[in-house]
Amino acid sequence: MNKTSTDILIVGAGPAGLAAAAAAANSGGTVTLIDENPRAGGQIWRAELGKIRSPAASKFLRALTQGRVDLINSATVFAFSGDNTLTAQTPGGSISISCGKMILAAGARERFLPFPGWTLPGVFGAGGLQALVKGGLSIENKRIVVAGSGPLLLAVADYLKTHGATVLVIAEQASAAKIRRFARGLWRQPEKMVQAAALRARLIGIPYKPDTWITRCRGPRVSKRLARELEVTIKSRGSSRVIECDYVACGFHLVPNLELPMLLGCQIRDGSVSVGDHQQTSVRDVYCAGELTGIAGIESSLIEGEIAGLAASGQTEKAKTLIKKRDAATGFGRALDHTFALRPELKHLVEDDTLICRCEDVSYAQVKDFATFREAKLQTRCGMGPCQGRVCGPAVEYLLGWEPASVRPPIFPVKMKYL
Amino acid sequence: MHKIKVNGREVRVGEGTTLAAAILASGDPFRTSVRGEARAPLCGIGICFECRVTVNGQPHVRSCTVLAEDGMEIVTGE
Ligand SMILES: Cc1cc2nc3c(=O)[nH]c(=O)nc-3n(C[C@H](O)[C@H](O)[C@H](O)COP(=O)(O)OP(=O)(O)OC[C@H]3O[C@@H](n4cnc5c(N)ncnc54)[C@H](O)[C@@H]3O)c2cc1C
Ligand code: FES
Repeated sequence: MNKTSTDILIVGAGPAGLAAAAAAANSGGTVTLIDENPRAGGQIWRAELGKIRSPAASKFLRALTQGRVDLINSATVFAFSGDNTLTAQTPGGSISISCGKMILAAGARERFLPFPGWTLPGVFGAGGLQALVKGGLSIENKRIVVAGSGPLLLAVADYLKTHGATVLVIAEQASAAKIRRFARGLWRQPEKMVQAAALRARLIGIPYKPDTWITRCRGPRVSKRLARELEVTIKSRGSSRVIECDYVACGFHLVPNLELPMLLGCQIRDGSVSVGDHQQTSVRDVYCAGELTGIAGIESSLIEGEIAGLAASGQTEKAKTLIKKRDAATGFGRALDHTFALRPELKHLVEDDTLICRCEDVSYAQVKDFATFREAKLQTRCGMGPCQGRVCGPAVEYLLGWEPASVRPPIFPVKMKYL
Repeated sequence: MHKIKVNGREVRVGEGTTLAAAILASGDPFRTSVRGEARAPLCGIGICFECRVTVNGQPHVRSCTVLAEDGMEIVTGE
């Protein structure tokens, strides 16, 4: 095993991690940024960091290219040991990095809800399909239904349209009344208002339907080749209709990737990591920034990252002016949570034979009578596959009210020889 | 351009293409589930493990997290 050490170790090279790295890089200490993606940028700038013309992104690029930050790509952090050391798996073997301070910026993932047909090839996450297109997938002339919940659906629909697809509809489960209130609130935040208006303008031609959700998806029998046509049923205030399409892009807002902070023992409250004024967690020398502390979008990730980077490198004085900005941005996060909270009807999308755990093919009927995730795991293997409950976990928390399962290392499956 | 092989067939992809995108373009399914269903990517970002394939003999690689490079041999459907 390869061993190194650094003053400040940052996990996640998304906006939060990059902002933290750039802020800490000015302090003179050594800064290491680690990410499992082959390229820096996180979810929003994935594969496109070089092309983005935002001043923030170019500042980070400079910090990276001037060698002030040591970037380790294609490295998945899977374990932690008490002496502030993280271990990661890379294509060339495992590496173990010890550090003075640690900043966790592992971001969020989409929440997926099971419905009949959600396991068919061609049914992607919404951000999932966008990520694949950013990874080179052509969607020219594909007919796509975008569904689920959250502002990400708008960004994704816009992205897919710009890349040659026909977006047939955006089915948003949140109510029209909530969306209207949310949109009015955006006026208080000029930057977001401009973004939202630009999006809406370009989205003209794509019907945006609140109070609407997918109830089922059917495909031709999949044998050797992937399904080519899907039939999606969407429901809107009592009436249903069937739409034919090539792909479905469906995700229900986002949930933080809490596995790493839970492994370290950071206090979690209401589904996100609790942090203090300077992004410090309940664990000494461990800071947290970005979507891990609550889903609040890129501006919040950038500010939190900068505060964490300054604080971890002993420059708290400079963070003073940022704290107010941060509190406004997290307020936006609370508005998101309220607006895009899941409606109770979505609990009834599952049927008895709908799979809940895709890794182990465990159906709803097999798990619905258990009282806890732990029992269900032991009896049915639900959540015991390679994704370790990252997909089914948030779904069963919503469907069955189970508490999240505890986290044990390795937090990603790794080859035996690395353990 | 990179030339890779997906189940023995040659696929050409541009610079910066992930293996998941390349396999989707080839039309082959990714993995076969415990009950025998064909599966394909869901999350696109290394979370769901539905996109795993064998790369140069190494099994269980999440194809959405790896960039295509010349000469890679991919086997899917396991
Ligand atoms: C699929 C998807 C698509 C999105 N698309 C958009 C969009 O188009 N527009 C938009 O405004 N918002 C988008 N978002 C929302 C996004 O969360 C925020 O915009 C922003 O990217 C959050 O920044 P962050 O730095 O907090 O996290 P992220 O950008 O998520 O960065 C976290 C990074 O941590 C890395 N990581 C996590 N765990 C580990 C580990 N164990 N080891 C090593 N590395 C690890 C990840 O690879 C990732 O690069 C998307 C979210 C998702 C899930
Ligand atoms: S598509 Fe989910 S891990 Fe690759």
